[in-house]
Amino acid sequence: MLVSKKKVAQIVENADQQVIQGRSQWQDAMTRFKANKASLASVFILFLMVAVAFLGPYLNEWDYETIDWALTGNAAEMGAPSIANGHYFGSDDLGRDLYSRVMQGTQISLMVGLIGTIVAVVVGVLYGAVSGYFGGRIDNLMMRFVDILMSIPYMFILIILFVMFGRSVYLLFIGLGLFSWMDMARIVRGQTLTLKHKEFIEAAVAAGVSDFTIIVRHIVPNLIGIVVVYTSLMIPNLILLESFISFLGLGIQEPLTSWGALISDGAKTIQYGTLWQLLFPLGFFVTGLFCFFFIGDGLRDAFDPKDR
Amino acid sequence: MTNIIKPIFEVDNLKITFDTPDGDVQAVKGVSFHINPGECVGIVGESGSGKSQTFMAAMGLLAKNGRADGKIIFQDHSLLDLSVEELNHVRGKNMSMIFQDPLTSLTPHMTILQQMREVTALHMDLSRDDTDRLCREWLDRVRIAESARRLNQYPHELSGGMRQRVMIAMSMLCSPALLIADEPTTALDVTVQAEILDLMDELKRESGTAIALITHDMGVMARMCDRLHVMRHGEYVEEGDANEIFYNPQHEYTKMLLDSMPRIDDAQRSSHHKLKPIDQNSAADDFLKVDDVKVHFDIKVSGGIWPKTLPLKAVDGVSFKLRQGETLGIVGESGCGKSTLARAVLQLIEPTHGTVTWLGKQINGLTREELKDKRKDLQIVFQDPLASLDPRMTISRSIMEPLMTFAPQMSKSEMKETVMQMMDRVGLDRNMINRYPHELSGGQNQRVGIARAMIMKPKLVICDEAVSALDVSVQAQIIELLMDLQEEFKLSILFISHDLAVVREVSHRIMVLYLGRVVELADSLEIYHNPVHPYTKQLISAVPIPDPEIERKRKSIKIPGELPSPMDPTAQLKFLPSKLKTEQKGYLPKLFEHSPGHFVAEHDKLEVLLS
Repeated sequence: MLVSKKKVAQIVENADQQVIQGRSQWQDAMTRFKANKASLASVFILFLMVAVAFLGPYLNEWDYETIDWALTGNAAEMGAPSIANGHYFGSDDLGRDLYSRVMQGTQISLMVGLIGTIVAVVVGVLYGAVSGYFGGRIDNLMMRFVDILMSIPYMFILIILFVMFGRSVYLLFIGLGLFSWMDMARIVRGQTLTLKHKEFIEAAVAAGVSDFTIIVRHIVPNLIGIVVVYTSLMIPNLILLESFISFLGLGIQEPLTSWGALISDGAKTIQYGTLWQLLFPLGFFVTGLFCFFFIGDGLRDAFDPKDR
Repeated sequence: MTNIIKPIFEVDNLKITFDTPDGDVQAVKGVSFHINPGECVGIVGESGSGKSQTFMAAMGLLAKNGRADGKIIFQDHSLLDLSVEELNHVRGKNMSMIFQDPLTSLTPHMTILQQMREVTALHMDLSRDDTDRLCREWLDRVRIAESARRLNQYPHELSGGMRQRVMIAMSMLCSPALLIADEPTTALDVTVQAEILDLMDELKRESGTAIALITHDMGVMARMCDRLHVMRHGEYVEEGDANEIFYNPQHEYTKMLLDSMPRIDDAQRSSHHKLKPIDQNSAADDFLKVDDVKVHFDIKVSGGIWPKTLPLKAVDGVSFKLRQGETLGIVGESGCGKSTLARAVLQLIEPTHGTVTWLGKQINGLTREELKDKRKDLQIVFQDPLASLDPRMTISRSIMEPLMTFAPQMSKSEMKETVMQMMDRVGLDRNMINRYPHELSGGQNQRVGIARAMIMKPKLVICDEAVSALDVSVQAQIIELLMDLQEEFKLSILFISHDLAVVREVSHRIMVLYLGRVVELADSLEIYHNPVHPYTKQLISAVPIPDPEIERKRKSIKIPGELPSPMDPTAQLKFLPSKLKTEQKGYLPKLFEHSPGHFVAEHDKLEVLLS
């Protein structure tokens, strides 16, 4: 063996030089994501929608709560979309400008999705990682707690909360966040269980690294792939949930509005022939959700090419 | 002679290209070869040399982004031009393949018989009864005991060796003209490997099936092959008769491969290292003392309304001492508790019983905080170099991690400098500092693992199969590195491996484990020249030697019976059947001193066991 040490070194060196410059996991995932046309288009459309939702209101003289008295009570005949009177999307039943209201509703809906998700991700990831990493009795206790929470009909509780404390945006954020972290915690826990038996975790333990540091330094960064994917699928679900609650007449309080509330209003007046009151918010709603789901799908494929 | 016989399998200028995001990668760059009927042709090469891809293309199993150009002719069919249906007639029937991992290549939810029926139903026109009879015959031929019962079992109920035999039986069902064996024994223990190789050799002679054997192991080649091709970077660097290649290699690469193969038979080669004899006087006696350590896991046994828990005795009363600067090799087959023992010594697993004493102080039962100080001196290098590094950390951060724990007073730049020096020491280029593990080769990653273990200048390092996953040439370098570091830091090493030839090269003393108990412990020369316990003898005789003449003449010792389950109370008495009759089943063979420093467990004579 010693005799050929130089030879070996040289041969192995030659082999190494042929290795192609590596790519990080992220770069790899992004390449695959970019190859997915539907997802890429969805990202573009979503950006457009966000831009419109936040900049759009400035392009219009009517704001979302001012009533155009000229149209009040006569929406069916005079409230149709028109460039001339400045109501691009028409007006709602009370004579408020639908264009501004849709923009405002989009803002709220996206915000609900985003803030609810952030709460869910932060709580869920930490909870799941801690539970999975320590295992044993701690894991049992923590997961049974999740089971108990999950078995409570959260919609019911949410509605009671609204009735008791009155309808407010903040309550909606808190309520949705509180009830949506549990799925995330479960998924993260499962993933942590497989991660913690990997040798690099054992190596860290052997190197004397403390438990908490291991979770933050080794476990959580390795969960990012699955968390990103799951998050992108959670946003539309939260928006859907909020819309449902708003559709029931709870949730967002007038004059503020959201996709669900707008659709609900539009649906109520459909018999009077004011179809635009339903179609505009519905169009935004469907497009938005489609985009989120496509992006989520694209991300999943990008991070997990083996599962295809 | 080869001119007269018409080859059954011919490959002509085959090129395989993979379309990757980095552009086209040519895995096979124009190879040509042929296989004659009844011949065993070996393709040898290190990982990534493209040796498997040739046959994957022939079987139509190339990955989707792969493209094959050239010609593969098998029994007058040009395989690359066939449609999938036409190919289905050929593959499985006239040409079949066995893979490396016998567990993943059998379907878990079907019994052995069902899986074998599937093959016959596709390719043969047989009645149910005939099929079943044929299946049983083949199980008998591959030497599976109680074949009738085994047929109705599921893959997970069989041991690794038995599964591989089932795979061979399945692929031989239709009496194919060509059997492709892709690393058929790499995942198996040496004793099982020897049996599988013998079996394949016999089948070749009996049924005249040609075998294409793909492996990285020169020892296996020496035993099996008539002709062989040495492959590197998608090309054949040397081809020819087995004897010619082994005794008169022409190409540098072939010479290097043969050189780096550790040899179990050659005493001269083991002394080339800097393996320093340890100074008996200066070596402190209380360096590391492991006393009657047991690690039992609770296993749930189904049956009854309340599942019982039984202890699985992974390590069952192991005692040894290690002196400073000494290397103790621990060998044994899979499931013998090698790794569990290592983890118990490091307190990564709490031992159920017994004590581990380190520099005169007991270290088991300490709290995490108390242990943390000791960890500085106790380090471990793992088997899989890639899995033991955090994929989301640059290698320099991985190496730095122990520093951040044990020397938090150091500034970032000091740490970086220390890491740089360590990287130099283990032979890593300084400009790799920001690379991620998956950007490096296996050997480089293992160097990172070693650098991380060494950075605190520990006194004891446990190498848990540290070189087993590496190619031979890289393996040789890593061993060299470990030896250098041992000399420099006065390291003690616990070197765990299933590869007896490697252990012999690096160890002062060797301990043989069998189902969690020590069966033999002696100096490394002594144990190879004068093994006493039948299990040791069996292990040593099963290691293939990369020398065709010696290897083919050599008979390996076969002690009848499979490796028993550790849950079986009589398992420990496999080498002491005489006790089985007289005493109760729980008897444990005791260790006695056969000659000074040479400990052997009680056993019956080998001749008695073989009869």
